[in-house]
Amino acid sequence: MLNSELELENKNPIVYEVSKNRKNKKTDKDINDSVEVPIDEEEIFDYIRDIHDPEHPLSLEQLNVVSLENIRVKDSCVSVRFTPTIPHCSLATLIGLAIKTKLLRSLPLHFKIDVSITPGSHSSEKPINKQLADKERVAAALENKELQRSVDECLHP
Amino acid sequence: MSYDEAKLTCISTLEGHKFRIWHCAWSPKGTLLASCGEDKTIHIWGPEDHASTKGPWALRSVLTDGHDRSIRHVAWSPCGNYLASSSFDGTTVIWSRKDKVDFESLTTLEGHESEVKCSAWSPSGSFLASCSRDKTTLIWGIDFDEDESDAFSCNEVLQAHSQDIKRVVWHPNLDVLVSCSYDDKIKIYKEDGFDWIVNATLTSHTSTVWSVDFNSDGSRLASVSEDKTLKIWNKFDSGNDLKIGFDNDEPTWKCVCTIDGDHQRGIYDVSWNKLTDLIATACADNGVRIYKESTSENSNESPNFELIHCNREAHNQDVNAISWNPAHPELLATASDDSIIKIWCFS
Repeated sequence: MLNSELELENKNPIVYEVSKNRKNKKTDKDINDSVEVPIDEEEIFDYIRDIHDPEHPLSLEQLNVVSLENIRVKDSCVSVRFTPTIPHCSLATLIGLAIKTKLLRSLPLHFKIDVSITPGSHSSEKPINKQLADKERVAAALENKELQRSVDECLHP
Repeated sequence: MSYDEAKLTCISTLEGHKFRIWHCAWSPKGTLLASCGEDKTIHIWGPEDHASTKGPWALRSVLTDGHDRSIRHVAWSPCGNYLASSSFDGTTVIWSRKDKVDFESLTTLEGHESEVKCSAWSPSGSFLASCSRDKTTLIWGIDFDEDESDAFSCNEVLQAHSQDIKRVVWHPNLDVLVSCSYDDKIKIYKEDGFDWIVNATLTSHTSTVWSVDFNSDGSRLASVSEDKTLKIWNKFDSGNDLKIGFDNDEPTWKCVCTIDGDHQRGIYDVSWNKLTDLIATACADNGVRIYKESTSENSNESPNFELIHCNREAHNQDVNAISWNPAHPELLATASDDSIIKIWCFS
């Protein structure tokens, strides 16, 4: 169903300039170092900024779906708010699932990851947030091969 | 017994599952523990020293090839000779005990349109209920008299919830069923002639109700939710002194206590100890908490529950399941996303 719409929902999205600043990738020295570098907002942003939008050949950063100021890290809890490009975007759940999957794969297992819609930016904000917060439904979704493929397409353009 | 100095001590850390463990369940006699999870297997654990449940526990057998996808829940029959496993593959498999710890697949129950979240045997052994993301609860009649593999027939399709149903639990001694759902509600069903009907709808939680459990005589129900609260419901029979719910002859269920503020994230499971009356919760904040009712004069109308133990580091990840041993009331089992099962002694 996700790919069946021939018509693009948002034909002319606003494209934002991407920030050139990237947190220095961990060097071998860091990894060998016994001192652990704590994970911060910039590192989380680096994991998700290049995720591709399901309908445009653009990154979530270019579409301003994700941004550094909508990321919070406290202890081992990461919270990411994302902003769909249009308030009726039917792909919002897939985008949220792609962000969640990327972080599940990137972060140490003990991290708590909360992905939700920026308040007021989507007409179905509450049901989508509930769906993304339900780890049982997320787990079942990620066992679904078709959905897994759609998520992988966003993660590996 | 005073709980002032009570301690929760981990007596066994059980490793063997790969990936997340979704659920664990004690056998009716409390001598075995079954667990299941994302690795599509059921592990059966028993005491290392057969004579003592209080020593370390060990893996006794692994059941494979029952399911194509994650196993969400496992349930023992009241006689202890059968296991029902429910899976995201849409089926419930019935396993039959061939030896002390050896089981073989007896039959596969098909009927749900999507993931099966839970199944439960009625105390009489006459029914098995299963619930699914397809918003239905199926009630299967059981008759082992003739051919075992044909013993299950679907008697009823209940469509009382508007969303994904997470858990079904039977009353401890009556053929009364409870279900809880992603629609934030709890429903109670009873048999009415040849049909099953909704007897009560319990509304108070503000998000998914993940689990429910009865107290020993079935007069109370505990529920836990994604809304981070534990609620206690009391059954008021018609003609009760408090004059609650006189509109018909049916008992009325009322939320008499809400425990808010203790849990930092959603609560995935609750277990009401039938022998000590203690309530234990499993939380997504990695914590295990134990509650005890503190006596007050009008305990039916507004009981108080006191947090008598909290371990915020019970596991390294979300605690998905918690269960008091039915025969050894000091034993508690927990299962987690960290792929470990722990057996605890509370004394």
